Amino acid sequence: MSKPLLSISDLSILLPDGADRRHAVANVSLSLRGGETVCIVGESGSGKSLTARAIMGLLPAPHVRVGGGVIDFGGEDLTKVDYERLRNIRGSEISMIFQEPMTALNPVMTIGDQIDEIFRFHVSMVPEERQKRALSLLEDVNLPDPERIMSAYPHELSGGQRQRSMIAMALALGPKILIADEPTTALDVTTQAQILGLIKDMQRRLGTGVLFITHDFGVVADIADRVIVMQEGLIVESGTSTQVLNKPKHKYTKSLIAAIPRLKPRKTRKRSKEVVVETSALHKSFGGGRSFLGFGRRTRTVDAVIDVNIELRKGETLGVVGESGSGKSTLARCIIRLIDSDNGMVELNGVDITTLKRNEMRQHRKFIQMVFQDPFASLNPRSKVGDIISQGPMLQGIEKAKAHQRTRELLDVVGLDSKAFNRFPHEFSGGQRQRIGIARALALDPDILVADEPVSALDVSIQAQILDLLDQIRKEMDLSMLFITHDLRVAAQVCDFVAVMQKGCVVEVGATHKLFTQPQHEYTKSLLDAVPGKDWHFA
Amino acid sequence: MADFWTRYRRNRAAVLGLGILLTILIMAATAHLFYPEDPFRLVGRPLSGPLENGFLLGSDSLGRDVASGIVHGAKTSLLIGLIATLVSIFIGIFFGAFAGYFGGRIDDLLMRITEIFQTIPSFIFAILLVAIMKPSIVSIVIAIAVVSWPGVARLVRGEFLSLKNREFVQACHTLGMSDLRVMMKEILPNCLSPIIVIGSLMVATAILIESGLAFLGLGDPNIMSWGFQIGAGRTMLRSAWWVCTFPGVAILITVLAINLIGEGLNDALNPRLKERQ
Repeated sequence: MSKPLLSISDLSILLPDGADRRHAVANVSLSLRGGETVCIVGESGSGKSLTARAIMGLLPAPHVRVGGGVIDFGGEDLTKVDYERLRNIRGSEISMIFQEPMTALNPVMTIGDQIDEIFRFHVSMVPEERQKRALSLLEDVNLPDPERIMSAYPHELSGGQRQRSMIAMALALGPKILIADEPTTALDVTTQAQILGLIKDMQRRLGTGVLFITHDFGVVADIADRVIVMQEGLIVESGTSTQVLNKPKHKYTKSLIAAIPRLKPRKTRKRSKEVVVETSALHKSFGGGRSFLGFGRRTRTVDAVIDVNIELRKGETLGVVGESGSGKSTLARCIIRLIDSDNGMVELNGVDITTLKRNEMRQHRKFIQMVFQDPFASLNPRSKVGDIISQGPMLQGIEKAKAHQRTRELLDVVGLDSKAFNRFPHEFSGGQRQRIGIARALALDPDILVADEPVSALDVSIQAQILDLLDQIRKEMDLSMLFITHDLRVAAQVCDFVAVMQKGCVVEVGATHKLFTQPQHEYTKSLLDAVPGKDWHFA
Repeated sequence: MADFWTRYRRNRAAVLGLGILLTILIMAATAHLFYPEDPFRLVGRPLSGPLENGFLLGSDSLGRDVASGIVHGAKTSLLIGLIATLVSIFIGIFFGAFAGYFGGRIDDLLMRITEIFQTIPSFIFAILLVAIMKPSIVSIVIAIAVVSWPGVARLVRGEFLSLKNREFVQACHTLGMSDLRVMMKEILPNCLSPIIVIGSLMVATAILIESGLAFLGLGDPNIMSWGFQIGAGRTMLRSAWWVCTFPGVAILITVLAINLIGEGLNDALNPRLKERQ
């Protein structure tokens, strides 16, 4: 075997005083060879990103700094080299791509200029040659119409195109090592599959060593040669990808893998005849307004939801899946009437709510409640948890003492201590906050729960707990659920029926089992195909 | 609260500013103890220099005590600064909140009105207002408030625009909460920090406007103020420098102190901004 390009031994990273632990990362040792992909997997706070940043000398100094250990890159210790040398290494010998390409690219420079900059800083070439190299790079990453991309600004490109441009830049100088920090987390599954394929392809051609940071075991299964599992700053397990994925030894790895939703659709249940929510020809578009006094041109309109007909029956969970921009969130918000639809009907227990006035709608609010995506944005930071949960019943006219008592019961139902009543949201973790959000939605004893990506901001182990909680509540309270998600694994696990949305239209609806095993529409097939790690049949 | 004080204390200059302001406040509150006489009274030889004829900071052309004027004037300056700021914040929140929350035509209408006020040079507008009404404490407060609310309205509108689409606000809509309650109970408490910061800086501006008006002779003729003192002494700046200089220094120090406090509040209330540097 060849000599490793990079070997880290006993690396530790210190956190500032007063943090909840002293070391962000302790005793981390790993090595990376040319042409190899090493994945570092872990949940948030495991120190995986800081490890990657330490290699590039990008720790947020002076608060967080290397406490000891060696990062050996071709005989040099990267923890000790001076700043000038480090700057030379960055980009030309080790380069990095980030999670969110929109923030990693400079919004006021064209893609062409940004690539050009890399060549200008690191090698001497005449402008024409630089131009040619930049074009061929963009071709290499399979961007359509590279000339147009060269003169485009980041906001004119899609997320996938931006990430491809980032990769082109990262590979511009033929680095020996590419560090990828969650490069596909912000992307749709189909785009993710393409980007992963691209990284693999480039690696094969250039012999780059790839250090890939991710939280997603599906991605790991797709691209890793070797896997390193981190928990709270320590490496708990490492080995080849087949070893770790199929025969995990450490109990943390086992629990992580056990928490991943299986891509196996849940069993079909008997369908109730009672329809609780039905939309017919529901339509919503945005834009098209004029400026003050009607001057100026009409703004561009975007059709977010186009003629959607779905029905949700009592006691069942209907999943709405689709990629970002498919209109699934808009659909949910139209159904719960957070936004007014333009056309069509939403029947809630047989009443069309689209024509109700705001104060008439208020009586119907208690039948349908919502659980939101982001547990950090969905709770008012200045209200106590007890008030957040009890305000719903109190608005519906239930007296304070009763509402408070109900709140305490609900805290128990969602698995929180009743002491939570008098505490503020920031004292809770993401998973606990999501429990509070669920309690708030349940406080009105709704018949229908609309869950908009309720687990996509959570770590996989917490995700499993929240999904279990939702399932248990659905059973106990006989709820019907509209479940919005981009994650087909999650959909397979919780939904009885699934509607697939693309560009505002529902392209296919079917029982989960049927849809997953015999997809009819091309788009459904491509979505199923792109699920990371779909070929991995874990124990 | 204790946490807030620890963060505030990190900014040394802000602590200094707070110290100065407290001193000025105590000075204003105890003015009648040290100078029981009416500051307008002629108490000695005109144009005595500092420390001459028993005057700590000298006397003006009519023999009024400059030090007494400064101590009594502090009350006027601080009171007008505070009340004018409170009034303008109230107007600003009203305009900004409705414009930001409802958007659309209401936003257009309210913001165009705000812009009309913003386009008129504020000091000239204030002079005009005081000249139309009779110069008095009330008219000065109204004039200052009328020229300074548009900034608050813009700020509050921005905050409401960004907060109204946050999920916790949407959650309140799904519970059937009324708009007014969402605005007051959910959104407003979350944009108080920037309002407090801008408010503290507005107190300083209000003091400057008040001094300017008094300097031009548009102050309340029955109440001693720093601007009035400077105006009275400006013709003798070369022969009796102390008449304008000491009130001027008083304005400078007060405005500086309040600005430092504003900075400190900004750091303490938005701790992330500080750490990002």
